[in-house]
Amino acid sequence: MCTYLTEKIELSGSAKGAAGWIKVTDGSVYLDHPVHAPFGHSLNIDFLAPELGPSGRVAVELSQESARALAKAIEAVLESAPPGLV
Amino acid sequence: MYDALFAESITITGHGGDSIEAYSARPLDSAPRGGVVVIHHMPGYDIQTKEIARNFAAHGYNAVVPNLYHREAPGASPDDAAATARAQGGVPDDRLVGDVAGGVAYLKSLTNSDGKVGTIGYCSGGRQSFLAAVSLQLDAAVDCYGAFVTGEAREGTTMVPIVDKTPTLSCPLLGLFGADDQYPSPAQVDELEEALKANGKTYEFHRYEGAGHAFFATNRPSYRPEAANDGWEKIFAFYGKYL
Repeated sequence: MCTYLTEKIELSGSAKGAAGWIKVTDGSVYLDHPVHAPFGHSLNIDFLAPELGPSGRVAVELSQESARALAKAIEAVLESAPPGLV
Repeated sequence: MYDALFAESITITGHGGDSIEAYSARPLDSAPRGGVVVIHHMPGYDIQTKEIARNFAAHGYNAVVPNLYHREAPGASPDDAAATARAQGGVPDDRLVGDVAGGVAYLKSLTNSDGKVGTIGYCSGGRQSFLAAVSLQLDAAVDCYGAFVTGEAREGTTMVPIVDKTPTLSCPLLGLFGADDQYPSPAQVDELEEALKANGKTYEFHRYEGAGHAFFATNRPSYRPEAANDGWEKIFAFYGKYL
């Protein structure tokens, strides 16, 4: 089904898409039908640059397992970073 | 046999008098033709939905797909437009009805129109096909596994059940569902069927074993050819009877 449920977050950084690098200020995280990934539902992340309109987007569609692994990896990297870097 | 058809992007007048993009596919002969408004699914106004419109044209129907995301993302790629619309909670119900009404008016304006128009939608479009049929005067409607027609509203979403509108259903309804689907679940499909019965509506439901959500979607792993092929036969038989 189409879940319509979305976690919206503020982000600060950059992402590279088809048109090159964009300054990312917002993100959407949601579980719904993917456009491309071969799953019924995927964990989707949109890295957004709203000032560029709808095309200001770098999209990722992940299996639920790999999305959890990604979340753990991000936490692990931040936790294990050398003192003074984070 | 003359079987030429023509497909193109057009502009129709949608909800609130807004000009919105749409995709039209129609047979080129002059025989009277029924019309079908194809309501795209949440992933957008995409090539798969346009292919469905051309399929209807190849089977002798005028078809039109309103771009329900035109306002949020004019000219954007379908996936970017869908992401934008989705982040805003999807298409408001009143706007959907107005845009489908614009599609109906377009189809009825065609010189080869027989004056009859139906709707069809998949996934979120299944609910919207039912919504259009309880809101507009139509001749047939097809709901392919639309969730949130029955059941409970989900917190945090704008989609609310609309089964209470069943008394105003204006036309026969064909419902095609996967028995393994959970949205709508078999119990939710039963709830809709009970409402149709209670209100004396004409309907035809088919539940496919071994199929879940989106079994018509040929580009997705949910595709179930046996169910989809039978479903298409049911759709053309249904429209053949009412359009």
